[in-house]
Amino acid sequence: MQKILFVDAEKCTGCRLCEIACSLHHEKVSNPSRARINIVKWENSGLFIPMVCQQCENPICKTVCPMGAISRDNKTGAMLIDEELCVGCKLCVMFCPLGGLGINKNRKILKCDLCGGDPICVKFCIPNALQFIDANAINIKKRRIAAEKLSELMKKLLEISI
Amino acid sequence: MVWNKQIAYIDLSTGEIIKKQIPKSIRERFLGGRGINMNLLYNLLSPSIDPLSHENVLLVGAGLLTGIPAMGSGRCDIAAKSPITGAIGDSNVGGFFAPEMRMAGFDHLVIKGKSEKPSYLWIHDGEIEILDANHLWGKDTFETQSIIRSDHGDEEIKSLVIGKAGENLVRFANIRTGMKNSAGRTGMGCVMGSKNLKAIATRGTLDIEFAHPKELLDYCKDMIDQVMKNRYSRAASKWGTLIIYSTTNTTGLIRTRNFQLNQLEQGWDIEPEEMDKYTIGMSGCFGCPVSCRHRYTLKEGSFGPIFGEGPEYTSLGAFGTMVDCRKMETILMANHLVNKYGLDTLETGGLIAWAMELYEKGILTENETDGLKLQWGNEQVVYELIKKIAAREGFGNILADGFKPAIEKIGKESEYYAIKVKGLSNLHSDERPTPSLALGIATSTRGADHLRSRPAIDLYGLPEDFLEEIYGGSMSSDYRSYKGKSRMVWWQELLYAITDSLGTCKFQTVFLAVHAPKWEEYSKLIHLVTGMHFSVPQLKEIGERIYTIERLFNIREGFSRKDDTLPERYFREATPIGLPRVKGFKIDKEKFEKMLNEYYALHGWDNEGVPTAITLQNLGIKNEPDQNI
Repeated sequence: MQKILFVDAEKCTGCRLCEIACSLHHEKVSNPSRARINIVKWENSGLFIPMVCQQCENPICKTVCPMGAISRDNKTGAMLIDEELCVGCKLCVMFCPLGGLGINKNRKILKCDLCGGDPICVKFCIPNALQFIDANAINIKKRRIAAEKLSELMKKLLEISI
Repeated sequence: MVWNKQIAYIDLSTGEIIKKQIPKSIRERFLGGRGINMNLLYNLLSPSIDPLSHENVLLVGAGLLTGIPAMGSGRCDIAAKSPITGAIGDSNVGGFFAPEMRMAGFDHLVIKGKSEKPSYLWIHDGEIEILDANHLWGKDTFETQSIIRSDHGDEEIKSLVIGKAGENLVRFANIRTGMKNSAGRTGMGCVMGSKNLKAIATRGTLDIEFAHPKELLDYCKDMIDQVMKNRYSRAASKWGTLIIYSTTNTTGLIRTRNFQLNQLEQGWDIEPEEMDKYTIGMSGCFGCPVSCRHRYTLKEGSFGPIFGEGPEYTSLGAFGTMVDCRKMETILMANHLVNKYGLDTLETGGLIAWAMELYEKGILTENETDGLKLQWGNEQVVYELIKKIAAREGFGNILADGFKPAIEKIGKESEYYAIKVKGLSNLHSDERPTPSLALGIATSTRGADHLRSRPAIDLYGLPEDFLEEIYGGSMSSDYRSYKGKSRMVWWQELLYAITDSLGTCKFQTVFLAVHAPKWEEYSKLIHLVTGMHFSVPQLKEIGERIYTIERLFNIREGFSRKDDTLPERYFREATPIGLPRVKGFKIDKEKFEKMLNEYYALHGWDNEGVPTAITLQNLGIKNEPDQNI
């Protein structure tokens, strides 16, 4: 099963280590504005949400690309941009509904490539808000959390019946 | 490279802005952050100037390592002559400002003069503008940051701001950034207010380049692992610095009711676990794997629903133990208020606790306190006094000037109860059973303070050979002993001077975590970031240079050995409660003075605490300030 870069926003502490590690890994500099991942913050209410390309199953970026420059890497599951074919029209940036793509300093497209199957942001995310896990594992995790809530409810019901 | 980051001289009186490169020779001697700031402060200021006049400078500095993915590399150092003490003013703040400023192209700001009308600085990608701040004047520290963001239409803007307290020139007003981070100590917000400067806003998209980026990324991951392997770091990830209270209060090292007790009895409702009721998650500064701040909400209360960050261990003491309030909610509310108005939590709590003891002793009565009954544990009085101080209203106006002027107004007999060194309030720790910690607050160049030298690992009772390996000299592993403790303090002073100059966090070096990165790791990080080579002895020498220049500044302002002391009560009154091993302790004056002699000798200062000619020569410091920097 292919792995997925899963964002568990509740765990994010907003430290931006993912952004700096990403820009340092890909661009050899520290600069969040050139990172492929960014934490969107509502500072006054303490809400932090990491936003990154979701490597969609039916990617709009691929659909709108007039050059056919975007394709899936079957090994990692990442949507990759062929630099040779890309003409820099930025339609992908324009149409992505999540802001998953950006424009780099050299005017090329900035997009998460899952670091070839070993994302650096995940390694630097100490609170585990970013996880690179099996797609079905996400479901199992969420089910367990939901089931825990259900089990508490069940226990209460049992207490009442006793 | 980091070399292309500039220093900007901004004259608010004339509007002139000069941008310069930072000479490599200055980097080699002072690194960045606090080091460069202290050198600037010593060289730019004439002796005896009024800290609130246009002659004072406000210095803002990013660290040498600002922007690396580890170590909490977002710290910013802010300095000026302190309006509280008249000695060096220096305050180090986390958050996200310093890296943003660095990405805007600047590592250091020297802000001179005084603006005629309220203004703020707007620093973005190589440009600096002085803008009108009339619409920001009167706004609290949270609103100010939001308005600047919406004015420029950019949510990524980071600002250093002052609140009402800074505008009203409360001597211990702080400078704030984000929801929680404060350059709290020594009244830097008051200096900012005196310059009519409401905010410094910055936004940068320029690269921070490194000498060896690939190796740096790998090594930063090693540093994160090394930091997180420490049990303390993992505990701080869950409960923040509040975790310290569990052990210090149980032992009896917490000053309570100002300085009457050394333990808050029945203080379990302010144990760190109590925060779980209010916390929605933790929050981290730039580049920090620990994330030691709580994000909390208060649903009800006299001030309506509140979201805030914090509180730190110091606020727990300031609005908990020192004033004998035993509810977490009181601490959260007071924390929110000081943050909103821009007051130093520690100085505010210290002064309120002092006033409460004076009231109890009858030195203050309701006639002087605007009818307020300053009784222990009265949280409404705490809130009321915070507001009065920020507004400089009634009795608040007396406290707003800090200890020295307040003592003059209230009367000489009030001085005995003031827990201060060099005019600056101590935090809520009681150092009577711990000579190393006591020496540290006495020698601190910025006045009573734990972040200049605190060798907190002394409290762990580590084996003597292990301590010798760290500190390079023999010492007792008993924290109640005086043996070798001067070396501990000296060593930590040099280490923290370097940490503050690198712009990294003290909680990620040998403070509370024994195996955290220190000299060797710093040396390697500096090399990977800049390409410069510093051996461990060379780094210690830079630490010594920074600390000695701070000392020279203070000597020039009239400070001497007599000021490197403790409040009288440390020598006279013994700790009344606590575990048997800390009960009945006071500081032995004779042993303390001996420890001070040893400490001076380690620094290469004479018995009066004056750096010797040989020391100055070795460190390459000129006796006469160098204007040409």
